[in-house]
Amino acid sequence: MASTVTKTETLFGKRMKRKEDPRLITGTATYVDDIQMPGMHHAVILRSPYAAARIRSIDTKRALELPGVAAVFTGADVKDVGPVPCGASLPGLRVPHHHVLAQDRTYFVGHPVAVVVAADRYIARDAVDRIEVDWEPLDAVADPEKALEAGAPAVHPQWPDNKAFDYHQEHGEVDKVFAEADVVVKQRITSQRLIPCAMETRGVVAEWRSGEKALTIYTSTQIPHLMRSLVAGMLGIPENKLRAVAPEVGGGFGSKLNVYAEEALMGFVAMKIGKPVKWIESRRENMLATTHGRGHVDYYEIAAKKDGTIVGIKLKLIQDVGSYHQLLTPAIPTLSVLMMPGVYRCQNIRADIVGVFTNCVPTDAYRGAGRPEAMHGIERMVDILAAEMKMDPAELRLKNFIQPEEFPYATATGLTYDSGDYDKPLKKALEIAGYAKLREEQRAARSAGRLMGIGLSTYGEICAIGPSPATPAGGWESATVRIEPSGKVTVHTGCSPHGQGEETTFAQIAADELGVDIEDVIVLHGDTAIVQYGIGTFGSRGTAIGGTAMYFAIQELKAKIKRFGAMMLGCDEVRFEDGRCVCGKTGKSVTIQEIAAASYRAMKLPPNTEPGMVATYFWEPPNFTFPFGAHIVVTEVDKETGDIAVKRYVAVDDCGKIINPLIVAGQIHGGVAQGLGQALYEEAVYDDSGQLMTGEFMDYCVPKSTMVPWIEDSNTETPTPVNPLGIKGVGEAGTIGCSPAVVNSVVDALSPLGVRHIDMPMTPEKIWKLVRGGAA
Amino acid sequence: MKRSITLQINGKTHTGEVEPRLLLIHYLREVAGLTGPHIGCETSLCGACTVTVDGKAVKSCAMFAVQADGRDVVTIEGLASNGDLHPLQTAFWEEHGAQCGYCTPGMIMASKQLLDRNPHPDEDEIRHGIKGNLCRCTGYQHIVNAVKSAAAKMGA
Repeated sequence: MASTVTKTETLFGKRMKRKEDPRLITGTATYVDDIQMPGMHHAVILRSPYAAARIRSIDTKRALELPGVAAVFTGADVKDVGPVPCGASLPGLRVPHHHVLAQDRTYFVGHPVAVVVAADRYIARDAVDRIEVDWEPLDAVADPEKALEAGAPAVHPQWPDNKAFDYHQEHGEVDKVFAEADVVVKQRITSQRLIPCAMETRGVVAEWRSGEKALTIYTSTQIPHLMRSLVAGMLGIPENKLRAVAPEVGGGFGSKLNVYAEEALMGFVAMKIGKPVKWIESRRENMLATTHGRGHVDYYEIAAKKDGTIVGIKLKLIQDVGSYHQLLTPAIPTLSVLMMPGVYRCQNIRADIVGVFTNCVPTDAYRGAGRPEAMHGIERMVDILAAEMKMDPAELRLKNFIQPEEFPYATATGLTYDSGDYDKPLKKALEIAGYAKLREEQRAARSAGRLMGIGLSTYGEICAIGPSPATPAGGWESATVRIEPSGKVTVHTGCSPHGQGEETTFAQIAADELGVDIEDVIVLHGDTAIVQYGIGTFGSRGTAIGGTAMYFAIQELKAKIKRFGAMMLGCDEVRFEDGRCVCGKTGKSVTIQEIAAASYRAMKLPPNTEPGMVATYFWEPPNFTFPFGAHIVVTEVDKETGDIAVKRYVAVDDCGKIINPLIVAGQIHGGVAQGLGQALYEEAVYDDSGQLMTGEFMDYCVPKSTMVPWIEDSNTETPTPVNPLGIKGVGEAGTIGCSPAVVNSVVDALSPLGVRHIDMPMTPEKIWKLVRGGAA
Repeated sequence: MKRSITLQINGKTHTGEVEPRLLLIHYLREVAGLTGPHIGCETSLCGACTVTVDGKAVKSCAMFAVQADGRDVVTIEGLASNGDLHPLQTAFWEEHGAQCGYCTPGMIMASKQLLDRNPHPDEDEIRHGIKGNLCRCTGYQHIVNAVKSAAAKMGA
């Protein structure tokens, strides 16, 4: 039975609660660890306790003797499994062979060495402790700048200089503008190593069906399709015999935008033991062995004229690669270079990256992936320049913004910014914050001996990643839209969301376009057996590319709906509106539900028209999108304790057209919390021997509810011409805008003491020392 | 040596033989089949496994199943009554208090204890009431709104 058309209002732009939430708030969602299978075994991995060590021998006998242990596998067993892939390529890139289990040597603390499989996870953990490894510890290096020094221990013996790659990019007349500049400011700026810390750690369930010779891998991933293609290759099984499922995924933030050794390893184990196997990463393993983010040491120089016009930017970037390249490791700092001019009109840039191997877990994408580093750098430098020139930082920014009429704007780094109106969010943020009044308050606070700071950032970022030629895998996204015989709508999206709310935002668009009730739309994702091929959710691309793919699939269906409508109404002039085809002559109409039923029943078909109501669309975006915004942060520093209080946080973000303001606000809040974590609290600390000193939540400070301020969030809406929906993406904006605004605020607070820069995280200890000792 | 335990979970009696070292969270998830409470750290720091034991919020990764012998456990699955969502569940839905959802069951159970103790908390009290529960997605603001909204409805 076709349901009646009830939809009358437009949902695009409406605050709506999410369709995915009922299962989340009742505890009935299915994450990887919730999967149970008959005969399922549990795997636990033995990991290297040393950052660099030779494995003289491994004795697994005592582990195998423990009742309940089914198997133990070591490096020798998996030497023929293909290497963990690096998907990025750069000229001269050195790619070490990355086995799924260590062979004769380990390269970081947490490096997988052996895997125990047992009937019970407690037994598997017991058994891991019974494996005896004869280790020969070797010298390690954990600091990228030390790794570049002559005589440093070689992470990979074949490359004694520890260089993973060099990368150079240049545009304009850099030497000339620096020679002729009225002002040049320089600063070393770091973006420290961070641990993504999705609340759900990684986890894999692998099931081998020997009769079908088919493997299913359930994994907590952002990229089930790419994972399948690459792991099939690693395991040497046909791609169409591997099904990948990303069930409910408990956060990713880039750390699950990867293909991991453990994913292939569990496939290998399931095939070997002929039983389903589950591996759930412990939190400590997550911190040791899931990719980290950032890890930059940047040397910036910017040149300006005496009126404040920025004329040149130079950057030397040292990227801590870690011990291996994971999927996108070497590509991440190149994104920083692409965005290094930020939102400013500067056509003379020079960047040199050196990627450095260290005996640490690899770095890779983490919320923002390259753009937070770039924005932190340029936004700090603009403040340093403003201080040097005794100009107001807001004024200096307004002076250098690319203007609305200059878009599309070709940047010095080879990008074409799609659209922008950078004054707008800044002016709005200044107004919300009451900037002039804040500066008055600051003067009063300073004369009272208090350390009050006002900091701002005006960021730009790359979203909707991205056009295929610019990405290591395809940069398109896909959708299949099926109107069922009953008129219900099923969307299969190739992107695989994990908290972003696309089951809702996509349904809002589909309901609008098809004129159906949003309750009649479901959005499926994350299973290669039911979804056409797809790329994934990362780089703030899901809605802007995946949503657009769905939009175009729906346009194809609408054309077909009209052909059926014309036939059924016997009218050659039909329009489709509010879920029905209406004859322009008679005013008679048929509903989408009636049309869907007729299309499957197929008693009669319009000319040149197939039965059914299904369309698949793979959309290749013509460009990235470039969101932007302005954040203003008011802080006060406690002189006695070095504690920083964030008094106000104003965020004005422009992510293009907004589909659901509730979800956009949630993305901004979460992004800001992660940026704030970097600015104030978080750092992955390795000691000189390569031991991770921050391997638990006790030591690694993910912000708690009491540590995040109230965020006064609002938006401006500058549509993108890149896609017909005008949407840009918002997943990473909060993080990208946050850290420079916070640091600028605290530097501003401490500027009366002569402080001009502070590296993150700005811990109370660091601040206290600055207050006591003066200039940084 | 296994020990026999009997406990109430969401109003039902469960009896079983367990190893003394079995964590309550593993008993709930793998023996009782209640996968609402999640494991996020196994060190009582993240709160994803929060349930109530005799009305008090407890991190079930830091308690042995044998310690729950004779006690009354409520998990997220036991919060709705007769199919009606608890006001906190409704509020988390309406205010977008969940993104990836992994911390959500524990966050709601911690919020329940907060409102049991203080039916009208202000923002600061809410933030302190849930600070034992980490969320990496939301920045907590919508969770604060959800708890406020639930408090208003429950007090009405």
